[in-house]
Amino acid sequence: MSRASRKLSAEVADSPESGESSKSLWGGHLEGGWSWQAFRSRAAIWWTILRISIEERLVYRGDFALGTLMRFLPIVTQIFLWGAVFSAIEATAGSSQVAGYSYRDFIAYYLLTMLSRAFSSMPGLASGIARSIRDGTVKKYLIQPVDMLGFLLLYRVAHKLVYYLVAAGPFALVFYLCRGFFPGWPDPLTLAAFVASLGMAFLLGFFLEATLGMIGFWFLEVSSLLFVYMLFSYFFSGHMFPIDMLPGILGTIVHALPLQYLAYFPSAVFLGKVTGPALAWGLATQLGWVVFFIVASRRTFHLGVRRYSGFGG
Amino acid sequence: MSDHPAYFRVLLLFARNSLVRDMTFRANFIIDTISSLAWMGINLAFYVLIFQYTPMLGAGTGWGKYEFFLFLSTTLLINSLVQTLFMANADEFSELIRTGALDFALLKPIDTQFLVSLQRIDWSSLGNLGFGLVLIVYAYSQLGYAPSPVAISLYLGYVLCGVAILYSLMITLAASSVWLGRNQTLYDFWFYITNFSRYPREIYRGKYGDPLRWFFTFLVPVLVVVNVPARFLVRSLRPQTLEDWFLPAFTLFAAVASLAVSRWIFNRALASYRSASS
Repeated sequence: MSRASRKLSAEVADSPESGESSKSLWGGHLEGGWSWQAFRSRAAIWWTILRISIEERLVYRGDFALGTLMRFLPIVTQIFLWGAVFSAIEATAGSSQVAGYSYRDFIAYYLLTMLSRAFSSMPGLASGIARSIRDGTVKKYLIQPVDMLGFLLLYRVAHKLVYYLVAAGPFALVFYLCRGFFPGWPDPLTLAAFVASLGMAFLLGFFLEATLGMIGFWFLEVSSLLFVYMLFSYFFSGHMFPIDMLPGILGTIVHALPLQYLAYFPSAVFLGKVTGPALAWGLATQLGWVVFFIVASRRTFHLGVRRYSGFGG
Repeated sequence: MSDHPAYFRVLLLFARNSLVRDMTFRANFIIDTISSLAWMGINLAFYVLIFQYTPMLGAGTGWGKYEFFLFLSTTLLINSLVQTLFMANADEFSELIRTGALDFALLKPIDTQFLVSLQRIDWSSLGNLGFGLVLIVYAYSQLGYAPSPVAISLYLGYVLCGVAILYSLMITLAASSVWLGRNQTLYDFWFYITNFSRYPREIYRGKYGDPLRWFFTFLVPVLVVVNVPARFLVRSLRPQTLEDWFLPAFTLFAAVASLAVSRWIFNRALASYRSASS
């Protein structure tokens, strides 16, 4: 914690809890004041944050529902692009598989990545954190009894909830129209693994982007760095194509990166491309990356705040 | 001195001012250029990967790997021209309407559409033009022939038609913010619509493809934007029969018509503009 923010937090010492422990809304120091009362007041704060964020999000619902439908337009081009690719493959080679995916698999894959991205994409999270560090608004998390990562996570959960509420219609419609591309419902175990991987995709997306945003403590301008990340993520998360298509050593490297769990992995699980021990290992690795980035975001925030100095009011 | 503003000199002045502005923030300019080149690199990598698995984009269409690279370069050339000349301006136009700053543009003794469309030229988007040209040279070196001077001049003419069509679409969408207020989604819409122009029109076939191809050729003519000029570059795909010449002829018409329609909508939008000041 910087000198300036320490001074500021002293000024608001009349908050429910004071000093360092006031930053424990989400992480850390629960053991000190643990009681049913304290938990209820914390839950009340979480609930308030969630409710405010939901209401804020619903203000632009019209713009938002239209935007969701638009987002499916590129799928239409993908359907025809891959249709053309497969027609040429069948005409020349006679086979009808690309890297183990049939034409139907490809379209189902793209639709499923839209779903995974709906969980894992965090628009504006990293840039928002970096901006709040640059323009000094990060101070509010340092002086109020609110933990930044906890607040942002709840805010994001609220946005996602509203998003699913509004997007459920368009998603259901598109998936229903495209039901012919799917091989049918997977067995309950695969389905459970799919849901688990989606949940972890959300957490991984959040904490990975949050960690990236913390770079703002060290560099003033991170937008170009974030752009590079976005490019890599688009290509290597499997958003653009199933990463099984990548040949040789490149494929091996990409399979070792955490990015694949943001889009490729949940979709491949649903389509039954990952099964048995590979599935268990995949889920465990995904969980490992989630834990890694939870720790990394906490650690970088802590180190960053020690470097940070705020000026003015 | 004539009453008629010297449009060409004003345009040069816009270009010069924008260049001075871009060069003031040189690091930013370089980063912007590299970013858009990197984006293109990723796209190119995707197509290279696709052609690892297939010899052609669609059975019997004639769009093999290097033919498609010519197509891709054409997309790059047209998009980079549109982005350099108009993108920043169209973006700014909605903002002018929202804030009421359009008043100042209306007061100037020059055509408002000209002023609004061209005052800020984004030089950093020209990087992709260079990328496109390099890709054309590479694709020809792999194909083993060179384009004839006639093909080149037809190509350049139709690239300009493509730019005109996309510009009309863009300024129409931007002008519609007079009626719609905040229209961030319309910008996304623009990207999604032009997404259809990025592939050879032959891939849109079948029960759903045919109506789609028809719609994006004749009603919203984004499918002719890249397709028509690109075919002039590929020797085996050059128009031969009278029927083959129908689409290029239609493209000329579409370019003129969409400019006229967008001009009309632009003027209607100005007529509906109510300043935002007190």
